[in-house]
This record gives sequence, structure tokens and C-alpha cells, in this order.
Amino acid sequence: MLAIADCNNFYASCERAFRSDLIGRPIVVLSNNDGCIIARSAEAKALGFQMGDAYFETRQKLENNNVKVFSSNYALYGDMSARVMKTLNEFCPLVEIYSIDEAFLDLTGFNNLESLTKNIKYQTEQWTGIPISIGVAPTKTLAKIANRIAKKQTGTYIFKTPDPKILQSIDAGDVWGIGRKLKHHLKDMNIHTALDLAMLDPRAARKRFNVVVERTVRELNGIQCIAFDQPAPHPKNIMVSRGFKTRITSKKMMQEAVGLYASRTAEKARTKKVFASNITLFIRTSPFNKKNYYSNSMTITFPEATNDTLEIIKASTWLLKRLFRPGYDYQKAGIMLTGLVFDTERQRTLFKAPSIQKSTLLMKTMDSINQKYGRETIKIASTGTNRSWSMARENLSPKYTTSWKDLPIAKA
Amino acid sequence: MNNTITTIYPFSFLKHINLPLFMLKISAGFPSPADDWLEEPLDLNNLLVSNPPATFLLRVSGNSMKGACIDDGSILVVDRSKKATPGRIVVAAVNNELTVKRYIIEKGRGLLRPENEDYSDIPIDENTIIWGVVTGSVLVY
Repeated sequence: MLAIADCNNFYASCERAFRSDLIGRPIVVLSNNDGCIIARSAEAKALGFQMGDAYFETRQKLENNNVKVFSSNYALYGDMSARVMKTLNEFCPLVEIYSIDEAFLDLTGFNNLESLTKNIKYQTEQWTGIPISIGVAPTKTLAKIANRIAKKQTGTYIFKTPDPKILQSIDAGDVWGIGRKLKHHLKDMNIHTALDLAMLDPRAARKRFNVVVERTVRELNGIQCIAFDQPAPHPKNIMVSRGFKTRITSKKMMQEAVGLYASRTAEKARTKKVFASNITLFIRTSPFNKKNYYSNSMTITFPEATNDTLEIIKASTWLLKRLFRPGYDYQKAGIMLTGLVFDTERQRTLFKAPSIQKSTLLMKTMDSINQKYGRETIKIASTGTNRSWSMARENLSPKYTTSWKDLPIAKA
Repeated sequence: MNNTITTIYPFSFLKHINLPLFMLKISAGFPSPADDWLEEPLDLNNLLVSNPPATFLLRVSGNSMKGACIDDGSILVVDRSKKATPGRIVVAAVNNELTVKRYIIEKGRGLLRPENEDYSDIPIDENTIIWGVVTGSVLVY
């Protein structure tokens, strides 16, 4: 058996964990740049707010309903997520982190799943302050369904064998792995519920659709096809991409933004202890401005895989020089590092003196100063000093767990 | 005179290339006699934090816990995995804010007691939430 543990309304729960005054009060969290709603507390869902609602359109309604609005605070969510995952790990040695707020647990060999899952749920909530739901089943696809039911009931649900009654109550489009596109295809074939889907002949499903649907059909029948993976040895890519608060037209400002994103990717690579072989830059104008639209990207390979901020910024500058066209209102840029390798897997170049030791030392010093005195105490000047383009985060909560100056206050 | 080209030599910029010199440090001296007795240096994390995922740091504001050596500005180490038993110092949510007090039971009633004569007890009711147990307090001068 395996389980999926899923945090309830994760971002909203993180915001509430340190604010007892927000218990019972509706909360929404906005996307980067305060664009639209990306997370809602149960109370906000009940009021009818939808994922993707544009903030400027719903602002009035949010105020009228006394909804607490937060900008997304990924420093907080990342730390709370790590705490939840570590707590789950206390119970179960095999944890596959599936997303920031979900993890699969391999429960092979565990007895008394009923009390085990209740304990996991209780302890995670007690330790971290984040409520979770747990669904248990023989396959990942069924566990996902069990989790949906758990959320509606007491927070845990065990699916020993596929129950036709329950499968019938689940919309085929809500089954894990079935996308919106497939859902319409299935409807045309008169497949509406998970039960309809489970009753398909798996081989026919493969012929008619693809191997993914075949696997889903088998999984719904309790046959494990999607393996339990241990966490990936290293990430496949590191990406930092953000929209700007205001449109950028000047190359200099664009350089600042791109340089900042580049230095963020370098920092991320260093925390994950990986080195990047390639770097991609993309820049674009707003897709809503169809008259004057421009979008382009370019990739280069480093002579030697690197996670040095200076080298990565240098490469991003080089790329920007080639991609930048004047006369456009740029709205977004992004840097992606790919071909990530560990230090031991790094191919050394033959035609360059090894400056690696010096750069490692510089980066280590920079990281430890920034860790100690706050992010960007030391930064590369080309990443900008006033950053008028930087994204809007008007409702940002404190970084309660990752910044000394933002610690929650206890009155004495 | 007939000018014919007999040979074409390839032209190239000769660039100076620094070839890396791979150096290994090999020490050949007598091994340190202290090697067998090496111990890890002291780490404050080990002293203060026993369960990292459940441990949170909070900043103290106020003087009501002076008697317990918890001063204004102290950093509290709060472990949410510890059970709040009577006698322990806890962080509790009271009136929509977090407060640090000693949790005691007197005449069958739960109280949050300050350690400063200028403050009075706070009775625990159904709206009080014990947020976590204080396991340490740090003050940086």
C-alpha cells in the first residue's frame, strides 16, 4: 500500500500558522506580481473565489468579504514544506516529494494503517501547524482518489480495494493523469466517471489513446503501474522567471532584471550542490499585446559546468545582447539552467587554468554573509540597485522562519 | 614572370593557452598525535534544537517573564512536538496574539502565569491554543 499526504490549502495554511487572529478568517494568496488568486483557504472557497481570478477584478469583492490577501511568500512556503516533508519522513523512510505540498509514502510492510495514518496526520499538524489529508490505496492513482475523499471526511481515507461506488462518484476528468484534453475525448466515448474508465480494456485504451491512459486504467483496478520513485538524485533544471511590475523598454533595466534572475539561479544551484552545463535566457512582451509582440530565447553551453554567480551573470549578459530588440515593452524574462551535474560528474576543461577553487571560495563567502545578514547584503552591482521593475508584492507577509528580523513576536 | 602559387599555408593566430597544472598536496610528515582524539567542535544547534522540523524561533516583546530570565528582545526556541505539561513555559495564542507564559494548573483550572509581579494570571478557556513549548531562550548582546 502507498499513501499520498497532501497539505490542505497549503499557502493559506502557512500564512495562518503564525497568525492566530486569522483562524476562521478567509485568506487568499496571489500569484507573483499580485496578478491573480493562486490559493484559497476553505472559507475563501466557500465565498466563491476561484483560482485564477484576477486580483484587480476581485479586489472590491475581497474587501467587502473581509478576506485577508497575501502576496506569495515562497521563502515561507518552501521552509514550511521542508518541515512537513521531514515530519512525514519520521514515520516512513520512503518519501517521494511530489510537489511543494504533496508527498507519496511507501507503506509496504506497515501494519494497522488506520491508526498509522491518523498518527501521521495528527503529528504533522501538531509539529508544523499545517493541516494535511492522507489517502491510502494500492496504487498512486487510487491514493489520489482516496485523498479527495479524505479531504471531504475526517482527513484520512483508506482504499483497500477499488470500490465501484466511489469510483462512480469521481469525474473521469478528475482522475490523476487525465488532462482537460483527454477528458473531452473520453466524454465523446461516453466515459464520464472513474468507474467507466476503470472498466475499459487496458489494451484498447492504449490503442485508442496512449500508454498513459492504459496505465491509468490498470491503476484504477489496483494494479501498480506507476512506480514509487525515490526522490530524483538531482533536479533536471533550475528556473527563475518572473513578470515585471511595470513594462521594461530600456536595455539597461532589462540587464538588471536578467542579471538578478541569473544570480538567483546560481544561488539555487549552490544550495542544491549542482553545477549547470547550459544556460537559457528567454524574454518576451505581454502576450495580450498582439500588435507589438516579441518573444525569443537562446541557449549556450558553458565551457565547464558552473554555479558561479559571476559566470552565470556574464553568460546571461552575453545572451541578452543577442536577444534584446529595442522598441518593445518587455513584460517577462527568465533564466533556466539545464544539464545539472554534481561536482564529481563535472567534465573539466583542458584549456583553462583551474580558477575553480578561487570562485568556490568567493561564492561560499558571499552565501554565508547573505545567510547571516539577510539576502542580498552582498550582491552583484549589475543586478540593479533601485529595481523599479521589480515585481509587485504589496501584501507580503514576514519571512517568519528564514529571516532574523522577521521572527514572529511572542508577547511577554 | 609567371607567378604561381605552389603551397598555401594555413594561417592561424597563435594564442597563449594556459594549460592547467594539476597539483596534489602530499604531506609526508609524521601524523598528528591528536588525530585519534579529535572531537567535533561544540554546536549551539545541538544544544538548543532537538527536533528541527517542529522547532520555531520567536522574538520576545515585553517583560512579563523577567523572573524566568526571558527578557525583552530574547529569541525563544519553541518546540511544537513537546507536550505542554503543567509547569512548562509555553507560547499560547490568546486574544489573537502569541504570548509566552508559564502553564500551570491551580485548583483544577488551567492558567497562564507571568513571572513578574506587575502582571496577572490569564485563565485558560476554550479559545486558548497552546502553540508550543519553550525549550530555550537566547539573548544576543
